[in-house]
Amino acid sequence: MKGLSFRRLKALCWKETLQIFRDPSSNLIAFVLPIVLIFIFGFGINLDSSKLRIGVYNQDSGKDSADFTAALSGSPWLTVRSFESQPEMERALIDSQIRGFVVIPTDFSRRLQNDGSGPAPIQLVTDGSEPNPAQFVSGYVNGVWQLWQAQRAEDRGQNMKREIAMEPRYRYNPSAESRNFLIPGSITVIMTVIGALLTSLVVAREWERGTMEALLASPVTRAELLLSKVLPYYALGMVSLLLCVGVAAGFLNVPFRGSILSLIVTGTFFLLSVLGIGLAISSGTRNQFNAAQGALNAAFLPAMMLSGFIYEVSSMPAFLRGVTQIIPARHFVSAIQTIFQAGALWKVLLPDILMLMGSSVLFLGLTAKLTRRRME
Amino acid sequence: MDAKRDGKPQESRVVARFDGVKKVFPGRETPALDDVSGEIRTGVITGLVGPDGAGKTTLLRLMAGLLLPTSGQLETLGHDPGSEAHLIRDEIGYMPQKFGLYEDLTVIENLKLHASLRNVMGDEREEAFSRLLDFTDLKRFTSRFAGKLSGGMKQKLGLACALLGQPKLLLLDEPGVGVDPVSRKELWSMVGDLIERGIAVVWSTAYLDEAELCGSAIVLSEGKLLVTGTPAEISKPLEGRCYVLKNLQTAKRPLLTKALEREEVTDGTIQGHNLRLTLAKGTEPFDPKEIGAGEKAEWVKAKPRFEDAFIDLLGGGPGGESVLAQHVKEIPLDDQVVIEAEHLTKEFGDFKATDDVTFQVKRGEIYGLLGPNGAGKSTTFKMMCGLLLPTKGKAMVVGMDLRKSAAKARQRLGYMAQKFSLYGNLTVSQNLEFFSGIYGLSGKQQREKMDDMTEIFHLKPYLGTPTDSLSLGYKQRLALACSVMHEPDLLFLDEPTSGVDPVTRREFWTHINGLVERGVTVMVTTHFMDEAEYCDRIGLVFRGKLIANGTPDELKDSVATAENPDPSMEDAFIALVSGKEEK
Amino acid sequence: MNFFQRIIALVRKEFRSLLGNASGRALLIMPVLLQTILFPAAATLEVKNASIAVYNQDAGAPSVELMQRFAASGAFTEFHSVNSQEEIERTMEARDALVAVTIPADFSRRIAAGETGTIQVLLDGRRSNSAQIAFSYLQTIVDNYLKERHPDRVPSEIVTRAWFNPNLEYRNFVLPNLVAVITTIGALIVTALSVAREREQGTFDQLLVSPLTPEMIMIGKAVPAVVIAFVQATVIVLVAVFIYQVPFRGSAVLLYGGMFFYALSLVGVGLLISAVCNTQQQAFLGAFSFMMPAMMLSGFAAPVENMPHWLQIATWPNPVRHFVEIVKGVFLKDASLERVASLILPLIVISTVTLGAAAIMYRRKTA
Repeated sequence: MKGLSFRRLKALCWKETLQIFRDPSSNLIAFVLPIVLIFIFGFGINLDSSKLRIGVYNQDSGKDSADFTAALSGSPWLTVRSFESQPEMERALIDSQIRGFVVIPTDFSRRLQNDGSGPAPIQLVTDGSEPNPAQFVSGYVNGVWQLWQAQRAEDRGQNMKREIAMEPRYRYNPSAESRNFLIPGSITVIMTVIGALLTSLVVAREWERGTMEALLASPVTRAELLLSKVLPYYALGMVSLLLCVGVAAGFLNVPFRGSILSLIVTGTFFLLSVLGIGLAISSGTRNQFNAAQGALNAAFLPAMMLSGFIYEVSSMPAFLRGVTQIIPARHFVSAIQTIFQAGALWKVLLPDILMLMGSSVLFLGLTAKLTRRRME
Repeated sequence: MDAKRDGKPQESRVVARFDGVKKVFPGRETPALDDVSGEIRTGVITGLVGPDGAGKTTLLRLMAGLLLPTSGQLETLGHDPGSEAHLIRDEIGYMPQKFGLYEDLTVIENLKLHASLRNVMGDEREEAFSRLLDFTDLKRFTSRFAGKLSGGMKQKLGLACALLGQPKLLLLDEPGVGVDPVSRKELWSMVGDLIERGIAVVWSTAYLDEAELCGSAIVLSEGKLLVTGTPAEISKPLEGRCYVLKNLQTAKRPLLTKALEREEVTDGTIQGHNLRLTLAKGTEPFDPKEIGAGEKAEWVKAKPRFEDAFIDLLGGGPGGESVLAQHVKEIPLDDQVVIEAEHLTKEFGDFKATDDVTFQVKRGEIYGLLGPNGAGKSTTFKMMCGLLLPTKGKAMVVGMDLRKSAAKARQRLGYMAQKFSLYGNLTVSQNLEFFSGIYGLSGKQQREKMDDMTEIFHLKPYLGTPTDSLSLGYKQRLALACSVMHEPDLLFLDEPTSGVDPVTRREFWTHINGLVERGVTVMVTTHFMDEAEYCDRIGLVFRGKLIANGTPDELKDSVATAENPDPSMEDAFIALVSGKEEK
Repeated sequence: MNFFQRIIALVRKEFRSLLGNASGRALLIMPVLLQTILFPAAATLEVKNASIAVYNQDAGAPSVELMQRFAASGAFTEFHSVNSQEEIERTMEARDALVAVTIPADFSRRIAAGETGTIQVLLDGRRSNSAQIAFSYLQTIVDNYLKERHPDRVPSEIVTRAWFNPNLEYRNFVLPNLVAVITTIGALIVTALSVAREREQGTFDQLLVSPLTPEMIMIGKAVPAVVIAFVQATVIVLVAVFIYQVPFRGSAVLLYGGMFFYALSLVGVGLLISAVCNTQQQAFLGAFSFMMPAMMLSGFAAPVENMPHWLQIATWPNPVRHFVEIVKGVFLKDASLERVASLILPLIVISTVTLGAAAIMYRRKTA
């Protein structure tokens, strides 16, 4: 079944293109959904807790405790609400109105004056049901506390110098904004939706509508059938990719340090892989409903959960880390984060590109194997 | 067409043959094709005839190299279609069911795609397009989407696509489905032209009257070859056994029942006011008085039809008594109008699917809506049973608007949808249980009714079978059972016998006749012309309008001419429709 | 009662067609299995197996001690000792180190001189969330070291405790969320897709011409969806409690009360989607287009309070958001009746609106 006629291929691709533009549901998935999703990811998914709400119950009447409470209120990261009783404050924590609270005991100021009864015991309670904000609450409150102590010591002319200080700097993302890595990662999820979900329907649709039978009875070859599905959707995916990157960089102000070339090279192999998954599912099931279900489970869920887009791959158990190796989205997430924030570092991108090449060959090969020149 | 074939027998060449072909699909117990042999010649249209599930499509696909046989030999255009498929593809024109068109592409885009696939380029392409568009009369519609074409136009476009690249063998899979008789007639003459140009044509069909027009027929039933030969050869054994019993003086339906109970009669149908009967070999017509047909009743010899032969080959039709009818209560006839459409109109955008339709149906009548697919009969039907809201006009059932007076009125009607809408993944008994349940049957009453239905429709062996895996005939039986369990006094039947084999269709009408005799009113849609003969009155729907309304005999008589004094229902249809078109 | 018999017939039919074949069962069971196995393991914002690179330019005792402590820490399983600033950059670029520490040559000398020794910590901003957490691990190591050096000079400290989840275990957060996520998929698919399938098969017309009212048909679709949501949720609750050992502190009655109204609001959304869609494919895309944003904006992937204020208000009609709060509240915090009631209220509003709208559309379209 050799042979490739450019005339036939051109005609088939043109047909596919016309169908894409005329089908409202492909338009929805290819053009509307990406924009909607990137804005949702852009605004809705943010791991940086700014303005965390905490409660303060100040049992002490001294100057120091009032001073410290003021320092907490002054933090740009915290919104402080004062409480007059402990149970009321606990209720607020249970009801998720606050993510943590600080209790300043009655003897706080006294002990701070170094009356010999040890360090002043401030109590901080965080809401463990939200582990990520809980960590931030604890970090911010401790930060304010240390700063306040240092300031207080300086005011009194004491030497409170720490022996060891740490100077953190964020490479690539100096202000450490999570959206700067979440939005590029989310592009991966969006491209998976387009690449796999959309293509999972197209071959199945031809089978269901009986047009595949007409094609198979014509002199079309297997290679032409396969390419006529891959090429138009590749082009479509590329346009969506550039559109998403444009929106991310232009509207959502995510810094883009890479080159278009690096984006196109990595994007190409990623798209080929997900197109391969979608088409393989579609050719295998020949039924739109099952194909969509399959694509959801085989492409979309892994892209959400196992790609490292929100959840760090290195924190997963070893066997899952192994599994992620064959998930194209995982390599594209890592590549596109580098491209966006670090730039077109080819040496860094190379392993991901190689893995994506491998997965494109694997999944397109599987599709080729499942593409039949007959009806059985 | 017989004449043509007989005139030039020396030019007829064999282009495809198959010998002892068997095809078993994985997961299916019974083979789709079992030891089928035959050949396809140029110079004639070869009809591949049989009800749904007979194996027609499988055989066509085997010939086109789209499937591999489990065993047996095939040869198409001098090659093995299995191993050398690529050598024959350029020379085969293939039109799948539903025509294989891209509905979201325009007429010309569909043609261009197929032209490119078959290497018809440049001047040759322009020439081919202009020839085919002329031939199919689609020139005016080149920029219309294929999905927006009527059934007849889709079929012509499908044919045009299959004809690109000048094939030597044309395989057409049920090209007549969903097409009105006028378009069907046009297609026949187009295909006739192709035959004269030396192209071999295979035309598969479930309509036995279509088979009659073929030069040669291969008749399949449940995967087996039933008979092969010219239609004349096939119906020859029936010569002298088919009669029409005319001038009946008593009601036709009880007469048919009685006639079918007689030993001499192997098959019988209602034809307008008359009965059409097939007698057993070697028997003579009995005295009509013996079944109470009256003094004036007389036998007239009829030309055997293909369908008569088909039923005869399957061992004759079913008996005349409906066990079902014995199980339902008698509804007194009162001459009341129970179904009424008044200036019924339905618009979808600027398209009028139903246009000012008015008719009445009295208790105990069978009223048929006849017309091709897309003519508006389904829309009209759906408005009558309250599934669609009319744009204008009124649809009344037993004096009530079904959309407003909900539950109570609906309890009194039974509904059987196109394609037998059953729950495919539920078993037969679960379907029976469900449908009796939603009509409020429960406990002992429900169990008894389910048992009755199981017995009447011979469903016992299938009670635990998922409905999807039933044969079409059993699906239809089950669908009827589900729609009559609550003993409705009105029955709405939407294309109740599409694709079903003729014997099951006879059985179905036996039940309907029996129910009508008990006082049930029936409204039915159909595109089978011969089935329309069972109706007391017919409304002919074309392009949304009711263009004729009357008894079958009235409609036929209205188009009788000197050269055609005894027109068939199809003749009547074509004449009435073309009369409308000229206006 | 005739009414109930007909509803029972509808519900029984629905269960049979949902569970009667292997692919139907797989559709309802597979996501539950897959997600309860994968999610708790994969979905974590905790930082484990973190990687660290250290460039120690100093040879003094404190720097060597610190390096050893970094290397021995359980938090960092991957330790790279590097010898140049370029190498630091390289390991960071290649994602081989989440954090890179540079100890300057004068580090020990400055400490000895009573000045502050400064460690430079470079963090991978491409993973700023994880890096931030990894940095806090480093801080703890350094603080502990300092405490040991000068037990007398311990500065006043804040005693931090995390309530409800003392070790901040992420799976205690993920599994209650999962209860909400999985019931969403189940209930939506059962309602939206099953109506579309009946439309495609023509059986929906069959129901409409029967004496059933549109409300009865809707109840017939709602009951199985609610039951399936309950069963799926119960499975995950049991798995969470008995296999993953997530504490269940609240009242099961409140949980199921909330679940009931949540399922109702999903049924409303599902029926609304099915009222608009004619084919299964459209229904699938419709359900997907609803589900994806609804889950993203539920507080499951990222806290609702991190969203811009307008978006927090805009997510109020999102039923997942409220139910996520209920499950987490009941599971971990033993939420009070008033608290749960205040979260159920929006669900009642959502289900009333969606079910009402669906009923109107059904009546208009069909009855």
